[in-house]
Amino acid sequence: MSRVLPVLGSRRARHVVERNALFYRSQWLMFASGFVEPLFYLLSIGIGLNHLVGSLTVGSHRVSYAAFVAPGMLATSAMNGAVIDSVFNPFFRLKISHAYDSILATPLDVDDIALGEALWALTRAGLYAVSFVGCMFLLGDTSSPWAILEIVGALATSFAFSALGLAACTYLRSWQDFDLITLVSLPLFLFSATFFPLSLYPRALATVVAFSPLYQSATLLRGLNSGQFDGWMILRLGYLVALGLVGLAVAARRFRRILSP
Amino acid sequence: MSTSSDSVPVVRARGVTKRFGEFEAVRGVDFAIAPGESFGFLGPNGAGKTSTMRMVSAVSTPTSGSLTIFGLDPAIHGPEIRGRLGVVPQEDTFDLDLSLRLNLEMFGRYYDLPRTTIRERTTELLEFAHLSDRAEDKVDNLSGGMKRRLTIARALINRPELLILDEPTTGLDPQARHLLWERLYRLKRDGVTLIITTHYMDEAEQLCDRLVVMDHGRIVAEGAPRQLIADHASREVLELRLGSEHHDEVADQLGSFAERLEVLPDRVLLYVDSADDTLARLHQAGWRPERTLQRRSSLEDVFLRLTGRTLEE
Amino acid sequence: MSEPALLGWSRWRRAWWFHAMYYAQTWRGSVVSSVLLPLGYLGALGVGVGHLVAKHTGLVDGQTYLHFIAPSLLATTAFQLGEGESLWPVLAAVKWTRSYHAAVTTPLEPRDVLVGKLAWVATRAIAIGVFYTLIIAAVGAARSWWVLTLPLLSALVSLAFAAPLVAYAAHVDSDLSFPLIYRFGFVPMFLFSATFYPVSAYPGWLRPVVQFVPLYHGVALIRAACLGGSLAPALAHLAVLAVLAGGGFAWGQVTLRRRLID
Repeated sequence: MSRVLPVLGSRRARHVVERNALFYRSQWLMFASGFVEPLFYLLSIGIGLNHLVGSLTVGSHRVSYAAFVAPGMLATSAMNGAVIDSVFNPFFRLKISHAYDSILATPLDVDDIALGEALWALTRAGLYAVSFVGCMFLLGDTSSPWAILEIVGALATSFAFSALGLAACTYLRSWQDFDLITLVSLPLFLFSATFFPLSLYPRALATVVAFSPLYQSATLLRGLNSGQFDGWMILRLGYLVALGLVGLAVAARRFRRILSP
Repeated sequence: MSTSSDSVPVVRARGVTKRFGEFEAVRGVDFAIAPGESFGFLGPNGAGKTSTMRMVSAVSTPTSGSLTIFGLDPAIHGPEIRGRLGVVPQEDTFDLDLSLRLNLEMFGRYYDLPRTTIRERTTELLEFAHLSDRAEDKVDNLSGGMKRRLTIARALINRPELLILDEPTTGLDPQARHLLWERLYRLKRDGVTLIITTHYMDEAEQLCDRLVVMDHGRIVAEGAPRQLIADHASREVLELRLGSEHHDEVADQLGSFAERLEVLPDRVLLYVDSADDTLARLHQAGWRPERTLQRRSSLEDVFLRLTGRTLEE
Repeated sequence: MSEPALLGWSRWRRAWWFHAMYYAQTWRGSVVSSVLLPLGYLGALGVGVGHLVAKHTGLVDGQTYLHFIAPSLLATTAFQLGEGESLWPVLAAVKWTRSYHAAVTTPLEPRDVLVGKLAWVATRAIAIGVFYTLIIAAVGAARSWWVLTLPLLSALVSLAFAAPLVAYAAHVDSDLSFPLIYRFGFVPMFLFSATFYPVSAYPGWLRPVVQFVPLYHGVALIRAACLGGSLAPALAHLAVLAVLAGGGFAWGQVTLRRRLID
């Protein structure tokens, strides 16, 4: 199988993944400590807000506030990781260090680079998702063994945001433009029913929130966290994957336009 | 290294153009580069050199015309062609946080080379670039000349048959330049075909068997450096600084002393057979220039003649 | 034509301008981090989560949840301003762009550059403090006349972090340690400074530890200024922050001089 997807690169893309792994090897402490970070957030909520807020209803279950928020934090961490891996770092290589230009002098193609970056983002996201879900089990923030499936949901989330991020990074002109990324990711974070249920939003706003990929992700993960399955989950998952595919197609086109005009 | 006969050029371009939107960077160029040759592209910034280099590197595709590299069409065989050539871009592009050794090793992986081969070559190339003792250092800590040598070493990791160098010595001090030139001679001796762009005349004269002069996206002259000088300039040049603001007015009066004459903002160039004789005649005629300089004609003069501009402007 | 030797004040003013001009190019990002982010938190946590807290717990330390966290957000914003201006920007100025090296080729001394930098941070912190005083008053969390000191307290919190961090950034050779400082320093500090819930929520053994978290003192001081409280602990918080700022300033003079001149 020489082509992973029809228009998206060849097996050579794996060298881009390899390159990024090599890069992180030189910063292994930073990489390793990333596995601990979810503990801080989960502990902070578990210790404090859990007592203040008490329990909430998810589907037909009552769950602790910590168990309500934890999947939302997992979704958020998948989104934030994607911003680092797919907006920040590629922007640096695309427009500041011009590392991609030197890669293009080798047999690798533009599509290989776009695909390689997306694959790397997924690899790293997968590792972090495993650790995050592990921490949730450890702190008792899950109420069902099915919570293990949240890893898959988190991967789909990372895919969606990484691909969209990769596309977005090609439009940035300077570091100043990262404010625009924050301007999008911040409201998503605060208003995607991560901290409190959708029912608390004004009705008009609730409709808007439903389009937020972070809301769809958080809701999907929350359902899995308490082991309650429903048909909507397929739709939510499909929404995330579809966003990812659109993002990847745009990213590949934009990369080609910038690197090989 | 290359076994192909001289009749098959490494690169052949026929009527190649490159257009970016409304802007036509390359406007129909024809050239052929033979195996083992070192071939220069000379021209000021914006002449279309870099666009041409990117096409020859199989990174960007021509808008029209035909281009073959190793006899192959880059639009179809891009990865295969790039696997056989090395590129030294105008700007050094490294992973600043990785060591020299890791930078080279990672690059080797892009060519699908086996790891043991990469390790051997990396050691060998660091030696070649005179950087063995810095192997484990971060690239960030290198001087400009060292980075340049490392870029060349990196471009050689796949043992290329063709090495493309875009302004290899811009911004380097004279000592670093000479060290670099020496390394390039060695490659040439080993049979590697070299393509070099530069706006340094001495570099072109030193390194190139043959060169083309580009201006506004076109090739305006082609030949061996000495041949170009013979064809487009006189034997010697007499440079005069007259200490007057009115170079234009005196130009008319000086016309009869030279085959040809160029008026620059700060001096007047007289193209003559013998600068000595001309100077003597000028003195006899009562001219008292503030300063004079006698020299042999160079590619700079060829360029001035062909484009009406100096290279560094 | 020798210019008369500049007085300290005049040199500091120039160094301040140096930073202000740079900020004029880059202010957009700070609107997001200093204005929109905290307002977003106030809406999402203060109102959204506040609703849940009201149903389950009622008042927190005698306050509604919104009133409880509004002061925290000024403290954390001042903290983020202080740290955000200090690590990468300073290392860039002494290593990558070397703009501080350029500054000391003029009559400015390293000390002037430091004073200018910190004065600039304080300026922005005061501006943020004024803005938040209005917000805090608007949501009804201004219960004491001490709220009028909020702009100054905001500057103090910023400087308590900016001064030592500028000194540190001028001292180090690479930014390798910075992400770790964020992960193991700033993130836990943000989460565990009694920011989002009272100290009483911590388990008994953890409560004394909080005393060693610098941001806790900033949060507690600003909360006391808004909602009222006894004077003695407030003075203690004030002292901790002042020592951090003063110590950082002294250290910074040493590291910056070493970096720029020696």
